[in-house]
Amino acid sequence: MIATLLQNLDTLLLVLFASCALLGAALMLVLRQPMRVALALISTMVFLGGIYGLLGVHFIAAFQVLIYVGAVMVFMVYVIMLLEVRESEGPRYSKLVLPGLAGFVLLVGAICIGIWHSLPAAKVAATAADGAAFGISKFSIAFLNDYWLHFELTSVLLVAAVVAALAVIKVSRRSRHG
Amino acid sequence: MDRTQLLLGLSIALFSLGLLGVIVRRNVLVMLMCMELMLNGVIVSLVTFAQQTATTVGAVLVFLIFVVATAEIALAIPIVLLLVRDKRTLDIDAYSDLKG
Repeated sequence: MIATLLQNLDTLLLVLFASCALLGAALMLVLRQPMRVALALISTMVFLGGIYGLLGVHFIAAFQVLIYVGAVMVFMVYVIMLLEVRESEGPRYSKLVLPGLAGFVLLVGAICIGIWHSLPAAKVAATAADGAAFGISKFSIAFLNDYWLHFELTSVLLVAAVVAALAVIKVSRRSRHG
Repeated sequence: MDRTQLLLGLSIALFSLGLLGVIVRRNVLVMLMCMELMLNGVIVSLVTFAQQTATTVGAVLVFLIFVVATAEIALAIPIVLLLVRDKRTLDIDAYSDLKG
């Protein structure tokens, strides 16, 4: 009895988090100020982290909150505050609203039809209770034994990104002085 | 409608809302954030499939994608900063000379 109740609660929370994430994503299209859009995106990301937690992949939830909300979005908010360019009173949307909306409807329809036809319906596969495969110990052992090369490659990528960012700034300084 | 379908539907919805935002909005920073939303939608589907197959390789891939996304944003934001410093506006129409 308690087990079924907990499972129902799990599903309820999943639906709740999914609808909140969708609401945040929809608000991103409607709000005008970039800071509010950033806050809507942050809330969407936090709800997605909650969904990952419910799925049993706790460390991905932690990465989501730490890397996305903690690093990327703080960076974004910082830039919004730094720029402080007031958006003019002009229109919020570009001229592509109607083609964009039509393309959106077509894309969603096509993908939904494709998924509904290809997924075996209501196949209760091993979706739940597989959290053991995603323990942080198992992940880290596999990560540093089998995928150490990829790990090192990401550090090279990060260094390259930092160097490229510095180069971009330097180019602009040179063009300003010269 | 089971869990997988719900999560895949969420993933599709997030991706297409992000795509719509990139097409429709005029603010450069908002467009950048909509691209992040698209990436998040893709990650949702990746996590769903990884959890279904119960393999660690999916989780490793998600981690690597997080790192790549961080590198991308670390490079995209200085470019936006420079553009805005040059033209003093966030409106994408002002940058149409970038078409070449």
